[in-house]
Amino acid sequence: MIPVPYYLTISAVLFTVGMAGVLVRRNALVIFMAIELMLNSVNLTFVAFARQLAAIEGQVAVFFVIVIAAVEVVVGLAIIIAIFRARSTVDIDDVDLLRG
Amino acid sequence: MSLPPVDLRLILPEMIVAAGAVLVMLWGAFLPPGRQRVLRWVSAFAIILALGVVLALQSGEPAFSFGAMHLRDALTQTLQVIVLIVALLAVLLSGEYVERTHLETGEYYALLLSSALGAMLMAASADLLLLFLGLETLSIPLYVLAAIARRDLRSQEAGMKYFLLGAFSTTFFLYGVALIFGSAGSTNLARVASQAGAGSPLMLAGIGLLTIGLGFKATIVPFHSWAPDVYEGAPLPVTAYMSVIAKVGAFAAIIRVFVIALSAGAVQWGAALAALSVLTMILGNVAALLQNNLKRLLGYSSIAHAGFILIGIVAANRAGISAVVFYLLVYALMTLGAFGVVLMLERRGEEADEISDLAGLAGRSPLLAGAMTLFMVSLAGLPPTAGFLAKFYVFSAALDAGYPVVVIVAVVTTVVSAYFYLRVAYTMFIGQPAPEVKFAGGRWVSAALIVTSAGVLVLGIFPAPVTNFIEQMANALK
Repeated sequence: MIPVPYYLTISAVLFTVGMAGVLVRRNALVIFMAIELMLNSVNLTFVAFARQLAAIEGQVAVFFVIVIAAVEVVVGLAIIIAIFRARSTVDIDDVDLLRG
Repeated sequence: MSLPPVDLRLILPEMIVAAGAVLVMLWGAFLPPGRQRVLRWVSAFAIILALGVVLALQSGEPAFSFGAMHLRDALTQTLQVIVLIVALLAVLLSGEYVERTHLETGEYYALLLSSALGAMLMAASADLLLLFLGLETLSIPLYVLAAIARRDLRSQEAGMKYFLLGAFSTTFFLYGVALIFGSAGSTNLARVASQAGAGSPLMLAGIGLLTIGLGFKATIVPFHSWAPDVYEGAPLPVTAYMSVIAKVGAFAAIIRVFVIALSAGAVQWGAALAALSVLTMILGNVAALLQNNLKRLLGYSSIAHAGFILIGIVAANRAGISAVVFYLLVYALMTLGAFGVVLMLERRGEEADEISDLAGLAGRSPLLAGAMTLFMVSLAGLPPTAGFLAKFYVFSAALDAGYPVVVIVAVVTTVVSAYFYLRVAYTMFIGQPAPEVKFAGGRWVSAALIVTSAGVLVLGIFPAPVTNFIEQMANALK
């Protein structure tokens, strides 16, 4: 059996990759994908800890996170589509009316 | 297997607000565009009903429900009252604006109520998972509200920025919850509390990530960068609502997590939060000096006030908790009031959101100018207004807890803040009114203005009933 710390390490790596994606990429859709990656790395952390501690709470938490992630997809895509209709771009560097 | 007993009475206020949101949305879908005025009455009625139930549910003993996830105690009650007052004032502020700008009325009030529901859940959470659900129920409707004027490019942009950065911060919060779960073996705050003093690296990393997540929501520097843009781009009543409700929810969570659950680790997080609060006060107040747009100015002011409120958290004692709760109430009244004055005006059918639009207002409407002056004096923290007392309580709590440096920075930045707040007041008493700026208010906004200005004055001069109530609440906490 693969030891639990391996899972924790891979989830930390995935979280960091997602974070780098949010900070580096300029396309709103790709940023959004990176955020989803971060959420799922957290899910992996929850499941790994649930296994290690034999606590069911961690697995229950994953369901809540999946639901919230689905809601965020709905809202996020709606906003991104509205932006695309008005400007024909979803590059966040082009969406810059508000500055100060 | 037996089903656990569930006492639905304990979540009755939340259920009323949720039912109100569903009702408003469904009813709005079937009403013709000209007859949607009834929806604001329904929303206001749902909020008042929930407010009545929250007050009626008062009981001495803390009551847990839903597997010890939901907690109704004196702190829950007080914070939920504040949330519902904020939601009611927001409905009043939105009344005429939503109608004259032809926003989707049903969706607008449904989102407003859902967001209030999220803040109520955060105030009542005894478990990090419920706290997370509350945080998302609070935030996701706000992302949509920011973008609700969906053909307006600035509103779209505000929605996207808020959404991307909000979702980003949520992942930090969640990762923090996961690490705390791994360290304490449970997401229950009481169980976390028993492990807090041990100070394992996993727990500390979790607390750090949690701080980042909540810091984003409460606009604490350096996690504030989204706030000025979002506040400027969102429709005016939405800006007013979210600058207050997100703060009430986030600070409710910070009280629940830091001051109550993690009190054993106060030495570790106290210094870190003190540093964040100093940064927030300095940046918020200095950046506000440079603004010419009222929404942006109030955005930076809201960042600065987050710093002042954080001082009460740093104090980490009962006086600190009651000072924070009192500050949240006062902040809500004065900020919503200031936005209310801006909502009374319009420039060629647009929002009159430049400071120069207020020029000469005192000559045209002494009452409105007087109200705005009152809110500005209160935001600057001068007597005899409630803003002065709120700052005074927070500062004295921090002094008692032994943070003199933080209080010195707070006093200095308060002096700085007087310059930009009073500049707004000064503008109203000089110059000629611009001919294109017209009055656009109505009964609902006026009602909100009367309530907020009366609140700011009464809490400033006769604070005893409210402060006694809040003090009793803090003393009832374990």
